Amino acid sequence: MSKERGVLTGEHFVNGDWACAEGALAAGCRFFAGYPITPATEIAERMSKRLPEVGGVFIQMEDEIASMSAILGGSWGGVKSMTSTSGPGFSLMMENFGLGLMTETPCVVVNVQRGGPSTGLPTLVGQADMMQARWGSHGDYEVIALAPQSPQECFDLTIEAFNLSETFRMPVLVMSDEVVGHMTEKVTIPRLADIRLVERRKPTVPKESYKPFQPTEDLVPEMCNAGEGYFIHVTGLTHNEKGYPVITAEAQEKLVRRLVDKVRVNVDRIIKLEERFVDDADVIVVSYGISARTAKSAVAMARAKGLRVGFLRLITAWPFPEKQILELAHRVEAFVVPEINFGQMAREVERCAAGHALTVPVTHAGGDIHHPEKVLSVIESTLKLRVKRQVPALSAQ
Amino acid sequence: MSRTEIRVSGFGGQGIILSGYIIGKAAAIYDKKNATMTQAYGPESRGGACAAQVVISEQEIDDPEVSSPQVLVAMSQEAYTTFASKVSDECTVLIDEDLVDPTAISKVRPQTFSIPAVRLAEEMGKKVVANIIMLGFFAGKTGVVSREAMEQAIVSSVPPRFAELNRKAFERGYDISQQAQ
Amino acid sequence: MNALLEDGTIDQETAVEQFLRMDRLPHIWCPGCGIGTAMRSTIEALLEMNIPQEDLAVVSGIGCTARTAGYLKLDSFHTTHGRAIPFATGLKLANPKLNVFVFSGDGDLFAIGGNHLIHAARRNMDIKVICVNNFIYGMTGGQVGCTTPTHSKTSTSPYGNYEPPFNLPFLAAAAGAVYVARWTTYHVRQIKRSVQEAFSKRGFCFVEVISPCPTVYGSRNGFPTGLDMMKYFKANSQTLAGADPRDVGIELGGKIKVGKFVDAERPTFQNMLSEMWGDIGLQENRMVEAE
Repeated sequence: MSKERGVLTGEHFVNGDWACAEGALAAGCRFFAGYPITPATEIAERMSKRLPEVGGVFIQMEDEIASMSAILGGSWGGVKSMTSTSGPGFSLMMENFGLGLMTETPCVVVNVQRGGPSTGLPTLVGQADMMQARWGSHGDYEVIALAPQSPQECFDLTIEAFNLSETFRMPVLVMSDEVVGHMTEKVTIPRLADIRLVERRKPTVPKESYKPFQPTEDLVPEMCNAGEGYFIHVTGLTHNEKGYPVITAEAQEKLVRRLVDKVRVNVDRIIKLEERFVDDADVIVVSYGISARTAKSAVAMARAKGLRVGFLRLITAWPFPEKQILELAHRVEAFVVPEINFGQMAREVERCAAGHALTVPVTHAGGDIHHPEKVLSVIESTLKLRVKRQVPALSAQ
Repeated sequence: MSRTEIRVSGFGGQGIILSGYIIGKAAAIYDKKNATMTQAYGPESRGGACAAQVVISEQEIDDPEVSSPQVLVAMSQEAYTTFASKVSDECTVLIDEDLVDPTAISKVRPQTFSIPAVRLAEEMGKKVVANIIMLGFFAGKTGVVSREAMEQAIVSSVPPRFAELNRKAFERGYDISQQAQ
Repeated sequence: MNALLEDGTIDQETAVEQFLRMDRLPHIWCPGCGIGTAMRSTIEALLEMNIPQEDLAVVSGIGCTARTAGYLKLDSFHTTHGRAIPFATGLKLANPKLNVFVFSGDGDLFAIGGNHLIHAARRNMDIKVICVNNFIYGMTGGQVGCTTPTHSKTSTSPYGNYEPPFNLPFLAAAAGAVYVARWTTYHVRQIKRSVQEAFSKRGFCFVEVISPCPTVYGSRNGFPTGLDMMKYFKANSQTLAGADPRDVGIELGGKIKVGKFVDAERPTFQNMLSEMWGDIGLQENRMVEAE
């Protein structure tokens, strides 16, 4: 009953934040802890209205640190849990985001990005938290982050984030932005039966022999909930498969390497991209989130002019599609990377292209989205460079 | 190009954002086109100047920004002066004649039409439906969304007990749009 | 191991061991430390209450006391510094049948985590907080904290602490805790009773246990051994049941007022929620055991 009420099947004309909340509910999220912050507040507001209707709990915490901590507790309590925030709150969540990674706690964190640093532009767009999403908590780890470009994707990718979080037993990020979060478009919500949902992988071994951090074949451990009689110990300290602290280099190597490999060996199950016109492209525009939409306009304009320009959208921002970029780098002359920051993901593109193609960032300090004409002008000037023809050695590498 | 850009403008409290929302909803949900609505947020949008942008297209909408609108609705002098001076000659400009003096800009656009929306709303006993009267006028003058779609979008976006009032307001505006001007 | 002996009596040691992760012992605490005493009194309290072990969950933050979570054979969560209470809040809200308690130190709960404590108390969240107060940051080697009595010497107040300390019962009570008690590790039976009273109540309950830290606090402040501090607790504790919490602040070498200071009734967060929504269906939403 409450499951069906969680899915508002039909067509809605709604904003991205609303869609994000409904995606969470459709995914089975029944616990939300959050703190008001522009431009993510609408997610919390929607959850506060909807969760009680479906038998869930909404709580407004005292800050974002508490919000992140509470959803980890909620998840171990056996309930799919989420929080949402923006820049300053995202910074505050980072330590306990790391606790979620270390303790392999499934949950979803939505960051509706605004302009930063600091308080920056509360009501205006930014995409400058992409590297913070990747490296914002201390220590070394891998993350999964999805970048919706529309309210429909806010719905779809929030469900996907929950599925990935349960599949890989880790917090998953939805890196939305102010324009996507506040823009209103049609969102189609399917029937519950037509939504693919992943539930928690529960222990399949007897209670006595269950180890909460013992990996299965794909490196992901099975997970019990608190209150089921497993008497688990869960700690942010480096720990063994039983969960007990072990403060040695060997234990660190075993645990942290697995946490990293858990994502790395499964990249093909995680990464989703949208590709257009890449087959004959001389230049490929790589983008994500709201920037991908104006980039796509620019690519259409370039194509209309007869220019051989392709388009690659990172639906999954992290893990980064290293293989795909390298492969494309061998075929194209350059990548053009528009994003609302000073070249965060462009740096990744450049790294993965490994010198086989040029990377040209299209930067923006934030507060507005890229205009297609600007992206087009960078595409055109990049095409004029004719990098590989001028520097044969580069393409021969 | 099937892309139509619309800007609805006025001041806070006039139901400007709701008007933009209803236009978008009419196009996206009831006319089965694509529509994207954007608006200004935060304290800046809670009083003073206020605007909603809607893009409607048969195709997928990539760029959500309104840069050169085909329709401008201005419900305040300030909004009119700011936006009407930037639109092209082909742009349809819809104003409330009691709130906006169209001659305040150097060149009144040829496709400028006016309606006393607020006055008509007051005659109906509810000043707040002025924006819905304007939507009726909008539907009739521009044809950007169908009459049926707009009506459905209005009825589904207001509280049920005000549905009839709003439907009448819509019809009032629509009827006037069909009279010669 | 079975705690029930042939003559029908309970073997207390065996019973206590059932609550301990024996494979994690010996513990890390120093000789003379009082945390183990507080833990043992808590275990004895829970044993007598007969709450099914799987219905208990303990959450801690960071510090010497927070390590207790790692020794208790319960679902136990050793979280980040200061964040035990919000984690416990999420755990309790997701699974209301769990008896969730926080076992952590003064620095964890009142300095870095102080904001969470007052808000959980304000909400009257149904969690129990046992705070071992040893006046110092022990794990990092003895730095001044928000409970360090004025004039105490610590590694970061080498000339004596020139700040006043928090009065923990007063703070907890002012924020809205429905049960507030303080004992020292000399008062093992009283700790047990207070823990039982706290677990018998609904709402935010707070038990402070003053504990010796001879290694890094006592040694610098005239109590070189645990025994010295215990003697001090014994000689200077004044039981003042029902005392106004504002009067129970602690001064260096002064009297320590102990007892139960608050035992009140007030709707809990959970009460308020179910008043509005009935029994919310989180139980049915929990991802249950795979068949």
